[in-house]
Amino acid sequence: MEIFSNGQWLPLTFAALMGLSMLIYAVLDGYDLGVGVLMRGAPDDEKDIMISSIGPFWDANETWLVLGVGLLLVAFPMAHGIILSSLYLPVALMLIGIILRGVAFDFRMKARAEHKHAWNFAFFFGSLMAAFSQGYMVGSYILGFDHSASGIAFSVLVGLCLVAAYCLIGSGWLIMKTQGGLQRKAVRWARLSLWGTVTGIGLISLTTPLASARIFDKWFAMPGLLYLAPVPIITGILLVMLEYILRKLPLENDRLCWAPFVTTIGIFVLCFVGLAYSFYPYIVPDQLKIVDAASAPESLMILLVGALIVLPCLIGYTFVAYRIFHGKATDLTYD
Amino acid sequence: MADLDPVMLSRIQFAANITFHILFPSITIALGWVLLFFKSRYNAVKDQKWMDAYFFWTKIFALCFALGVVSGITMSFQFGTNWPGFMETVGNIAGPLLGYEVLTAFFLEATFLGVMLFGFRRVPGWVHTLATFLVAFGTTLSAFWIIVLNSWMQTPDGFVMINGQAHATDWFKIIFNPSFPYRLIHMLLASGLTAAFLVAGISAYRWLRGDRTASVMAALKTGVFLGAILIPVQIFVGDLHGLNTLEHQPQKVAAMEGLWDTQAGAPLLLFALPDEKARENKYEIALPKMASLILTHDAQGTVRGLNDFEGNHPPVRPVFMSFRIMIGTGILMLVASWAAGISLLRRNDITRWQGWLLSVMAFSGWVATVAGWYVTEVGRQPWLVTGVLKTADAISPVPAPMIGISLTLYLLTYAFLMVAFISTIYYMARKAGQGGQPAPVSSTEAIVEAIEK
Repeated sequence: MEIFSNGQWLPLTFAALMGLSMLIYAVLDGYDLGVGVLMRGAPDDEKDIMISSIGPFWDANETWLVLGVGLLLVAFPMAHGIILSSLYLPVALMLIGIILRGVAFDFRMKARAEHKHAWNFAFFFGSLMAAFSQGYMVGSYILGFDHSASGIAFSVLVGLCLVAAYCLIGSGWLIMKTQGGLQRKAVRWARLSLWGTVTGIGLISLTTPLASARIFDKWFAMPGLLYLAPVPIITGILLVMLEYILRKLPLENDRLCWAPFVTTIGIFVLCFVGLAYSFYPYIVPDQLKIVDAASAPESLMILLVGALIVLPCLIGYTFVAYRIFHGKATDLTYD
Repeated sequence: MADLDPVMLSRIQFAANITFHILFPSITIALGWVLLFFKSRYNAVKDQKWMDAYFFWTKIFALCFALGVVSGITMSFQFGTNWPGFMETVGNIAGPLLGYEVLTAFFLEATFLGVMLFGFRRVPGWVHTLATFLVAFGTTLSAFWIIVLNSWMQTPDGFVMINGQAHATDWFKIIFNPSFPYRLIHMLLASGLTAAFLVAGISAYRWLRGDRTASVMAALKTGVFLGAILIPVQIFVGDLHGLNTLEHQPQKVAAMEGLWDTQAGAPLLLFALPDEKARENKYEIALPKMASLILTHDAQGTVRGLNDFEGNHPPVRPVFMSFRIMIGTGILMLVASWAAGISLLRRNDITRWQGWLLSVMAFSGWVATVAGWYVTEVGRQPWLVTGVLKTADAISPVPAPMIGISLTLYLLTYAFLMVAFISTIYYMARKAGQGGQPAPVSSTEAIVEAIEK
């Protein structure tokens, strides 16, 4: 194994861990941001149920973002500086969005009743702002931080599509965690947001190879094309399957209520694999390679030891928490 | 805006973010343990008042925790957006420390907070107590790692510089760097005092409004006694911390004391207005020889002055003033907690003026903690990492107007949240007094049922 002998495995391991954290973040905070955006379309009593479906989880979900950015910061300080200073304003907007929704979650249950509407709006608007800014950043990253008008337009489009994708996974979560009228409503939301998601996937799949000759060659040169063909093909199958299931839901005895959520996770994973493949071995597209951006090996090593001990525990107790709060969401009380 | 200095704007932004952030951990680190105390008292004596206190303070804890988490996320991005030079120079050391904080502490507290807040009916009683413990433990562990990093920035050790980058040579020395033990204990006690005065102050507010149920009195006593016990310990530890600073960062102590010339038998300034241009103090009120006595434990001891460090010492006035605000607040805390503590011991109640004093001082822990952090952080300037990296050299190339926009947005958000936070806490205190809650949770059957599950 060439990778092991030349010492590059350590930065690559960290890149993989960072990617994994970002993916888990997109899935987990994706559904609760999505629920936040969808809350705009629900009456007050349903809003309470929607909130209680994500109540015990959102704190830990957001921590994956801190871990992902933390790993970027810790393992690739050069890249962290370039990426975050290029994305200065969207990062600031995302953070303010996250602040607003995070606190609105608590305030809406505790503040005066007449302020509850305002906090509900803050929760919706903060979720929207965070989701949109994240999509904008993905778009800007794909184009290597192109600040021209067309670059900005593309990033805005990706931003809107990511909002749709989060709404899709958020609706999937609600279909799984709720029942009755709200569940039926969530099925409708899912079908609408599926279209936005498909647009986004199409847009990125077309733009990425066109914007970079290197990525074009990676995808369309010969043995690569064969290995990679399953990624778009399975994604396509999952999308069609999702639309099919959504048309049938809800079924008797709530059968398959988990299917949209799980299928959407599959789609997220495949999109992530496609993006990761396109950009490897670069951490800043076409500018800085993973290996060149890494911290000193002795520092990475000490962190890796900790990460390998802690990550299994962390995933373990995350499962415990999901186990404790499994089943349909009810009204949230502090008891 | 364009002619504003990006270094100054970035510093103001970082100061604003971290000041807002520290307010909430300084409550939650200790309030977590206070909650565990309430829960354990209930487990031991099965008196409903402890559970009522637990539920009321859990809600405030949740609010503080949410504010702490979201403002903490902001911090992890600031390094890259505004201070890329920091990680580029000392990333090999700061990185693993921050990484361990997220891995060992952040997830632990965030995950079990869900169980602690919403799991009372869903898990057996012991699991709920365990979750409460893990949240308290997680917040404290989080403080441990952050204080390690901050102390290392103040008094770096256990590294070598290779090509302008710090490389770790001895992790034990990095973690247990010279100022770390003092700073950690000083901060944990500060958090204890912040939580103690918050609990005592909000309980006193309820007491003043005639809400004197057993649970209010139990929380009031917990807060007052905790404060009365911790404040003398804090004064003692603070003095040790000062002596440690004198050894490793004498220029910071000189600024704290407002001492310009090196002298034997240096006076203690109760008040003054340091003037950095003229390099002298105005309106001094001084106690002769006291500073030497405190710092060297000898009335004739020599204390080094700022003029020994000209061009390499922190701005004097903010350090000098913040230090006096911290000490003044500490003395008020001593008076308030001891007066109320003595009344509680003698008559099992407080007097009206003590109620007023405690309720006015509900957020005094914030004042002292923030002032203390300003002393130590401004006191480190012009260095970001003492002797290794200057603050001005870590700045990002982001233009000043952009920083101006983000700073304005942050300031507006924080001001709004501060008003919302404080008014909501008082609203919750009033509502709790009207018997509106904790109705759904205080029915004894539900709790017994949950405990015995």
